[in-house]
Amino acid sequence: MASHYEAPIRKPLVLGDKGYHDVSVDIAGPVEGKANKQWWIVFSIALVAFLWGVGCIIYTISTGIGVWGLNKTVNWAWDITNFVWWVGIGHAGTLISAVLLLFRQKWRMAINRSAEAMTIFSVIQAGLFPIIHMGRPWLAYWVLPIPNQFGSLWVNFNSPLLWDVFAISTYLSVSLVFWWTGLLPDFAMIRDRAVKPFQKKIYSLLSFGWTGRAKDWQRFEEVSLVLAGLATPLVLSVHTIVSFDFATSVIPGWHTTIFPPYFVAGAIFSGFAMVQTLLIIMRKVCNLEAYITVQHIELMNIVIMITGSIVGCAYITELFIAWYSGVEYEQYAFLNRATGPYWWAYWSMMTCNVFSPQFMWFKKLRTSIMFSFFISIVVNIGMWFERFVIIVTSLHRDYLPSSWTMFSPTFVDIGIFIGTIGFFFVLFLLYSRTFPVIAQAEVKSILKSSGERYKVLRAEGKPLYTMPARGVIIEVEPEQEEVPEIAPQGQPVLQLLDRIGKFDIGSQIPDDLKKVKGIGPLMEKTLNKIGIFSFLQVSKMTEKEYNLLDSITGSFPGRAQRDDWAGQARKLINLD
Amino acid sequence: MKYTFSNRLKIGSYIAMALGLIMLAAGFMSTPSSVEEAKAMVAASHADGHGGHGEADTHGAAHGEGEHAAAGHDAAHDEHVYHQLKNRPWSALYVAAFFFFMIALGVLAFYAVQHAAQAGWSPLLFRIMEGITAYLVPGGIIVFVILVLSVLHFNHLFTWMDAEVVEHDALLQGKKGYLNPTFFLVRAAIFLGGWIAYRQISRRLSLAHDKAEDNSNFKKNFRWSAGFLVFYLVSESMMSWDWIMSLDPHWFSTLFGWYVFASMFVSGITVIAMVTIYLKSKGYLEEVNNSHIHDLAKFMFGISIFWTYLWFSQFMLIWYANIPEEVTYFVTRIEHYKLPFFGMLALNFIFPLLVLMNSDYKRVNWFVIMTGIIILFGHYMDVFNMVMPATVGENWHLGIPEIGGILFFGGLFIFIVFNALTKEELTPKRNPFLEESRQFHY
Repeated sequence: MASHYEAPIRKPLVLGDKGYHDVSVDIAGPVEGKANKQWWIVFSIALVAFLWGVGCIIYTISTGIGVWGLNKTVNWAWDITNFVWWVGIGHAGTLISAVLLLFRQKWRMAINRSAEAMTIFSVIQAGLFPIIHMGRPWLAYWVLPIPNQFGSLWVNFNSPLLWDVFAISTYLSVSLVFWWTGLLPDFAMIRDRAVKPFQKKIYSLLSFGWTGRAKDWQRFEEVSLVLAGLATPLVLSVHTIVSFDFATSVIPGWHTTIFPPYFVAGAIFSGFAMVQTLLIIMRKVCNLEAYITVQHIELMNIVIMITGSIVGCAYITELFIAWYSGVEYEQYAFLNRATGPYWWAYWSMMTCNVFSPQFMWFKKLRTSIMFSFFISIVVNIGMWFERFVIIVTSLHRDYLPSSWTMFSPTFVDIGIFIGTIGFFFVLFLLYSRTFPVIAQAEVKSILKSSGERYKVLRAEGKPLYTMPARGVIIEVEPEQEEVPEIAPQGQPVLQLLDRIGKFDIGSQIPDDLKKVKGIGPLMEKTLNKIGIFSFLQVSKMTEKEYNLLDSITGSFPGRAQRDDWAGQARKLINLD
Repeated sequence: MKYTFSNRLKIGSYIAMALGLIMLAAGFMSTPSSVEEAKAMVAASHADGHGGHGEADTHGAAHGEGEHAAAGHDAAHDEHVYHQLKNRPWSALYVAAFFFFMIALGVLAFYAVQHAAQAGWSPLLFRIMEGITAYLVPGGIIVFVILVLSVLHFNHLFTWMDAEVVEHDALLQGKKGYLNPTFFLVRAAIFLGGWIAYRQISRRLSLAHDKAEDNSNFKKNFRWSAGFLVFYLVSESMMSWDWIMSLDPHWFSTLFGWYVFASMFVSGITVIAMVTIYLKSKGYLEEVNNSHIHDLAKFMFGISIFWTYLWFSQFMLIWYANIPEEVTYFVTRIEHYKLPFFGMLALNFIFPLLVLMNSDYKRVNWFVIMTGIIILFGHYMDVFNMVMPATVGENWHLGIPEIGGILFFGGLFIFIVFNALTKEELTPKRNPFLEESRQFHY
């Protein structure tokens, strides 16, 4: 890692008064807590879509791919479109984790975990399509170069589709290793916090016995760097090879050399859009606003804007060179895209991919969460259309006008696509409840340089850490002196208890209020004195009660509200 | 600390320029003045066995067997050879002029990226980059003058500028809306004007920031840089179509602009590293440490691979598709330029890959310099391969005018750049990220 100094002009990447322990607590939160209702609703919808897709896949395989809308001219449509769309989405993960690591971009640390998860899940979706498309998926192993005794085929190394097999499987394995390596210390963190033996067992298996020794960390950093070095060419290679599919095999005689870099830019573009979609929701649902900040959203928007502009530049280059070439077929391919029967697909693509990201030039728009979310969806749609345009509009009017035709998808085409979206979300939702969704170990590594707490301390010239004095008894008879004397029957106390309910010490068991962050042993005593003993009482507190409480205790005004005692207490009740 | 242009370097640059001028002039003198002379020259060079162009004979013979009336064809062929030989010193001049101009432009793009990305490691190197981009003004003007001279038919570098050729060429007639002398020069003026304007504005803001109290110049520079990059994205592609791709006016490749970009980017970064190391060796730039050099070398390594990636993408797709009007580009190069074509691939890819792979080597100054020289030569050959086949065909040499071009423009480049470096302090004073750059190490 680069030096720890950071220019004061840089904005903090971890907001709020967060120390190391807070990071652990916040990130372990979603794993340790229980799923709420919305999660179950969304999960059920995704599951239904997934099952519907499974049905369509079974129908396709048992009947044959004739159930799709393909015809003699357009013999490749939604299947390959979906395939490339998913592969493209899978690009952001490796870009964020590998390329941004090499460029020492600290902001990647809040988003790399989820981006990598997204990568793996979307590559899984992508991988489904070639297998389904084979018609006889039980012969899928034929795409591997195996000796002839196993089958009658020796794979054709001249075929870009075969290159795809290697590129995608390499990408999936390297991404998986990269992802899991990063997860080891985080799984270990959850393991160490786990209370129940079963969870402890599972997470200790997942963390491969991570101990956190210096040697572990040293190897961890080395492996990360090596993997980043290996994965960076992969980012380029995967979509380059996908682009070769189209540049060489869509329609004979038509090809364009800009495809490789432009597909890579497009893939990063769509990948970041999907990361944006997922993280804007996740930061809200999992209460991670302090880690996935507006600045992160802004930076991702800038990446979307840059890659979108590169893609736009490539679109226009293609158009221009088609005219410049003077080759009739080249010219017609583009004329037909823009003005032919599929003009709507072409112009949707143009609007979504080239025009819409340009809004991000305005700071107001790129820091608006709602607008970013909207654009991220638009970009995802646009990138689907891009692949559709390249494939279907190129194929549907080939060199023989008598075979010109249109393509219309059947319910099976649509069903399988929706099924993969369902499958993707099923995986992602399960992930968000069982995995540490932010690379907490990495966030901790930048906390001192980029955390707001430490930035503030540094700006004030205070030490970042003070050693607690040793050998001195710190608390000397604090009970009576430090707790302000409160008349138990005072007016505000009665009011407060009226609002949040009384507690009968005789019949009920008091809760350990210290579990609420912000309530220390002293504050607990004060609260007990007032008559507050249970989480239930704390959970009923609102602004009024907080004010009452402040007026009674007179200590740490506003503290209860800032730490959201009521919210914490509600969670603690749910836990028990 | 201000840099003083050492006398030895200054005199060296003068000598290089003078020698280069003489060699270029010799190149212009030795061009044939008639078709007959050209024939004699080609025959003589074959008798020498010089340059390994024995195949030209068989080439001529193969053509002779064609259905053309042999005599008429030979005359046309001789005329062609005559033009190619006339073009040779011009091409040598153009390749070298463009190559050194492209270095300055590549550095300018890198510089704008540093500003737009708010990079923390590089502010210590800003003055160096600004010094190198100072060459943009004279270098750009020289390239522009060569283009104007081409338009005025002083040479035949761009065949599409010849009205007679266009008359008999349906494809070129179709491109007339874009490839016509006036529009060509207007575009060139716009590109050069835009680049030079950004260079001057950014330099001024960067200097003004050192004297200012607030960060307003810094913010302005950030905005200008982002705006420039948009302009550059479009103009760089168009420039490469205009100035290089249109030398082969029938041929087209959508990737071409980005391919040229990779070449200029890696050459530019290499020159930044070399100038930095040179200044350090003279005791300047004390705060630049070997982590900075390491980073520059990483960029040299990475962009070399990126260049290869684009080279391969363009080559592979055209080779695989095997469409006659496109594949002819590589057929010419592989037939007549085998050594420079594949040699440059070795210099630009295999060499940096093997040599700069090890991270320790990226911190060894003399190692970076040696690699840099190879990379620069490789990319000179890249430009050579892009230009020469279209202008001089089989009659290429790496002889007196070519070396003269390199010497002249190399000398001019060194003179302008190091002269610009003496103008200001070598280290910016109060860039907000300066302290990050100072403490930079890993």
